[in-house]
Amino acid sequence: MEIDENKEYIYDSYQLDCDEGKIIEQMKASTKKSIPDPADWIDADLKRNIVLTSLDWVIDWARRSSLWTAICYPACCGMEWMATLAPRFDGSRFGMEIMRASPRQADLLITAGTLTWKMAPNVRRIYNQMAEPKWVIAMGACGISGGIFRSGYNVVPGYNKIIPVDVYVPGCPPRPEALLYGIQQLQKKIGRAKAVPDLSELPNPLNELPNPLKKDKKK
Amino acid sequence: MTTALSAKEIVSKLSAEFPDAVKEAGADSVLVKSASLPAVTEYLKTADGLKFDYINYITAIDYYDYFEVVYMMTSTEYNRSVTLKTRCETRNRPTVPSLAGIYQGADWQEREVYDLMGITFKGHPNMKRVFLWEGFDGHPLRKDWNK
Ligand code: SF4
Repeated sequence: MEIDENKEYIYDSYQLDCDEGKIIEQMKASTKKSIPDPADWIDADLKRNIVLTSLDWVIDWARRSSLWTAICYPACCGMEWMATLAPRFDGSRFGMEIMRASPRQADLLITAGTLTWKMAPNVRRIYNQMAEPKWVIAMGACGISGGIFRSGYNVVPGYNKIIPVDVYVPGCPPRPEALLYGIQQLQKKIGRAKAVPDLSELPNPLNELPNPLKKDKKK
Repeated sequence: MTTALSAKEIVSKLSAEFPDAVKEAGADSVLVKSASLPAVTEYLKTADGLKFDYINYITAIDYYDYFEVVYMMTSTEYNRSVTLKTRCETRNRPTVPSLAGIYQGADWQEREVYDLMGITFKGHPNMKRVFLWEGFDGHPLRKDWNK
């Protein structure tokens, strides 16, 4: 549930329920379309001229090799996800053995399971609390489209209706190998990102200062 | 293993205690009048030789003409179980008495039945939706929902 700062909250549980109901109805109404892949809209003009510097490479390497996962396992896919981290499949080979109970310490959200509308505001809240840069993997048929519960009255038809999703891992549930493959795809995707902004495009406060040497040029 | 107590045995005890509470005794279940439900359950929970102290589940069935609410209790002492049923004949605001005061476990189960079937449990301390949000239209497990 998102907190409205202009509102005085009354700690009456029924009132809170009604507020939550309103938020869910709003979310339902405003999510007719899916949110496209973040890479498509976060830096659209970046794709035209990707020039990775060595600094970019180092930062991307650091980011992709230490993905910390927030906990969001509403249903059965969570079991495969646990198996992925357990010794047999050993997710820590890919630098992601850490699960975080606090979204503020995480940068990856693996959505392992069916999402109900009642839970939807909380998932969005978890996503909003995660620190940038952050990524989302939709795991399983339910995560992608609602799966077999898609036509249910209380199921969100895909996480991309409420949060941007980077990588989709199909299956019901996906095998741990599939999830690992999905994670590797995400790591490749992170590896392509430009982490250091182009300095010439940023507003430079130094340009605003009076510079005696460039006096005539400025005028 | 838990064995179901034969309805005959229980009916004979119940009808001695509550002469007109039992409406019908099936092979493995007892149908009681909804008004006498709390008294009957209280008796089943506390009476010597019965002691049904654990509620397994509460559920409800929509038969179009009436709703049937089903309760299953187990006696952890004698390792036996019994199924109680009660009916409400109306589709418009059906009501049965709540058992939340007798079994704590009935609390959320009754809320679930209320949420999905729209049966109100009278005397429940917190009768509101549990799975769906406030403002959801109707009760989805009713047979005539969304037609
Ligand atoms: S995709 Fe299949 S295994 Fe995964 S949450 Fe949905 S139903 Fe469960």
